[in-house]
Amino acid sequence: MKRKYLSAPYLIWVVGFILLPLVTIAVSALMDKNGSFTLENILSIIDPINRQALLLSLGIAFGCTVICVLLAYPAAMVLKSLHLDKKGFAIFILILPMWMNFILRILAWQMILSNNGVLNLLLGKLGIGPLHISNSWVALMIGTVYDFLPFMILPIFNAISDIDEDTIEAARDLGAGSKAVFWKVILPLSAPGMVSGVIMVFVPAMTSFVIADILGGGKLQLIGNIIEQEFTKSMNWHAGSGLSISLMIFVLVSLAFTMKNDLKDKGTTVW
Amino acid sequence: MSDMILELNDISKSFDGKKVIEHLNLQVERNEFITLLGPSGCGKSTTLRIIGGFEKPDTGRVIFNGQDITDLAPDKRNLNTVFQKYSLFSHMNVAENIAFGLKLKKKSKAYIQDKIKYALKLVNLEGYEKRDPMSLSGGQQQRIAIARAIVNEPDLLLLDEPLGALDLKLRHDMQRELITIKKEVGITFIYVTHDQEEALTMSDKIVVMNKGIIQQMGTSKSIYDEPRNAFVADFIGESNIIDGIMLADKMVSILGRKVACVDVGFGVNEPVDVVIRPEDLEIKEAGSGYFDGRVLSVLYKGAYYEIKIKTEDYEWVSQNVTAPSVGDMVGLYVLPDNIQIMHKPRSEDAEVTRE
Amino acid sequence: MVKLKKALCKGYLALIIAFLYLPILMLIVLSFNNSRSRVTWGGFTLDWYVKLFSDSRILDALETTLALGFGSAAIATIIGTLGAVGIQAMKKRNYQVVMAVTNIPILNAEIVTGIALMLWFVRFMPLGFTSVLISHVTFNIPYVILSVMPKLRQLNLSVYEAARDLGANNSYAFVKIILPQIWSGILSGFFMALTMSMDDFVITYFTKGAGVNTLSTMIYGEIRKGIKPQMYALSTLIFVVIFVILLITNFLPDREKQQAEQSLRERKAY
Repeated sequence: MKRKYLSAPYLIWVVGFILLPLVTIAVSALMDKNGSFTLENILSIIDPINRQALLLSLGIAFGCTVICVLLAYPAAMVLKSLHLDKKGFAIFILILPMWMNFILRILAWQMILSNNGVLNLLLGKLGIGPLHISNSWVALMIGTVYDFLPFMILPIFNAISDIDEDTIEAARDLGAGSKAVFWKVILPLSAPGMVSGVIMVFVPAMTSFVIADILGGGKLQLIGNIIEQEFTKSMNWHAGSGLSISLMIFVLVSLAFTMKNDLKDKGTTVW
Repeated sequence: MSDMILELNDISKSFDGKKVIEHLNLQVERNEFITLLGPSGCGKSTTLRIIGGFEKPDTGRVIFNGQDITDLAPDKRNLNTVFQKYSLFSHMNVAENIAFGLKLKKKSKAYIQDKIKYALKLVNLEGYEKRDPMSLSGGQQQRIAIARAIVNEPDLLLLDEPLGALDLKLRHDMQRELITIKKEVGITFIYVTHDQEEALTMSDKIVVMNKGIIQQMGTSKSIYDEPRNAFVADFIGESNIIDGIMLADKMVSILGRKVACVDVGFGVNEPVDVVIRPEDLEIKEAGSGYFDGRVLSVLYKGAYYEIKIKTEDYEWVSQNVTAPSVGDMVGLYVLPDNIQIMHKPRSEDAEVTRE
Repeated sequence: MVKLKKALCKGYLALIIAFLYLPILMLIVLSFNNSRSRVTWGGFTLDWYVKLFSDSRILDALETTLALGFGSAAIATIIGTLGAVGIQAMKKRNYQVVMAVTNIPILNAEIVTGIALMLWFVRFMPLGFTSVLISHVTFNIPYVILSVMPKLRQLNLSVYEAARDLGANNSYAFVKIILPQIWSGILSGFFMALTMSMDDFVITYFTKGAGVNTLSTMIYGEIRKGIKPQMYALSTLIFVVIFVILLITNFLPDREKQQAEQSLRERKAY
């Protein structure tokens, strides 16, 4: 038996449960209620309500990604500087929270951030506040950053850990001080890790609906919320499929853009 | 008065309580090719890293061009290192790698371009500017690493087993090239290797180290011909090293026989190490030498035969252009001039024989 | 100065970790809170833990969640491992195409994956446990493949060839030579898959149909009514169990590795 035939079950699975469902949703998106062809479902993304939701999703996702990079990079550097023999500890500490149910964790943030929650209790003791951030985009942003931060720290940490100590010593030897070592060696060499982090954070941050549901107090509609409601409340599956396809195209374009930038960086380096 | 570029004064260093270098003193003259030679773990690489600024010595000072640089960061030292694993920057092409140090020094574009061209020519890689270093062979990568160091015009170039990862043929070519480069640029080289042949062919001066202590320092010839102790004798080329007892000046007892030598000044009945190089051990007819023994094996080595002879208490190695047959009884003789008598080491730490 | 900087760095990391664990701490505290209110402390109690074991709806959801997690992780691990071994033997072009497709469930928005699967399932089968299981396997396989693939790349194939040369047949050589070398990748793939499955909400939500509930979908349904404190107790239990398991598995190999490194260092010293 040839080795490549071992992948047969997987290939069948790919066709049956990855490709065909995507074809199904695309077909559904291109049909109206009577089963005839239409582009209306896909183009409904530019309706004012949907467009606003898309822009808000983009804004949240973009802001969340930027904040995650800014928080994660130093954290990954410190993790690396602890000189742990194994990568295990870092992965352990970052994966473990996922074993407390995700929705419960977001609900916990709702309790922490609410007007009479833990945060305001503490701030009150310090004589500050109270802050009214529950059910606002600030709460939504905190929740989103919270949920996706580990997925930014991990790839960056892996990329930094993979940089050979010798390479850094070589740079020092050639006259690079700590700053130059960071900007000219560590940062460009860890760029691929950052790109995978961005992908792992940006896409789910843009398309999630649960966090907005809980922390937005129903006032903040992301594109994910709108799609969800098309299926669960309005029962307009074709419209929901159309929006899904638009969202997918949008995500793919953003990804392609990120990856292309990455390739360009590789050619020129950051001098 | 010679011109010293580097002085190591009483350097000691330990890691996790384990002493790696002990009270090391070393002086390097300008424009010298000096090699630190020793088995792995002898402290030679640590010495190099202390000079490069990557390790701080526990005690002692590093004086470079008359200035104390012990506490200076690596990037502030006007010396460069060629690393064993090349350590090229994988996110830059060859030209960018070479330009790294020069750009940090804010040299002009034209100057940098000239330097890159010159350096690539020097290491025989003209036209490789735009190549990705990771696509090059090990030998080519090491040349780039050398070029990257040399363009900075350091006063001193440190080379940490730079040829260790290359195959034998390439290593020989690179040895020759390194000597040429050294002559061309006129930079002082400090070279670290565990390969005694490499050390003997390339260096002006060899420093043999073991267990963090300098065993002997001198020219290739003096180290080979007059090893100061059994470790050096054993590490530099193959040797017969036998226990002996000094009977009087110019007379030593080996395996119970009186043997004439030229060494004087040892105590009467002092136990000593006797070193006889294989090429100095002459094979004669049985009964006409100092010892008689049976030939154990004969190996043809190209230019000579390597012959193992077993006498009562010792297995001798001899190199000879003619060979007896295996099983023959032969006599062994050595000229007084070719016997090297050495004091036994005083303590275990002062000299440890290679495994 | 250097010490201060180090302390600041560690302090920063501690803050990040506190940020990640603050809600978890909160939920653990609530599981011992003798009050249904989510904001006031009514004293310590173990009541919720006791009540948990007589709440058949929660226990049903737990059973479904565990069955889905272990079932989908096991199926995904088998299909994914075999798949990775096969993919690696493919020609470069096919290899790239298959790997690109493999990334789809990871890169695509969960909501799109969930809806696409749902629309596909309703064409030929009722939504229920099976459809959720298939969906979980679908998004789990890529994690298995992506953790097995690097191990396969490091694989010492000459050992496999040596085994064949010494008379081992293909499957014997696979089990005896290849499997041990990629075992750690398979295990971490399985664990990754289990984690993803247990934590999933979105895809389950769209593919489950009526009647099936995992812990996630059950909690989501209770948001408006208020979460039963038994749920905090159960989540705390799961969290603690996993914490202990991870602690043990992370420290045991660590010691083995340290010993290996120790002996290596000793050998190097000569």
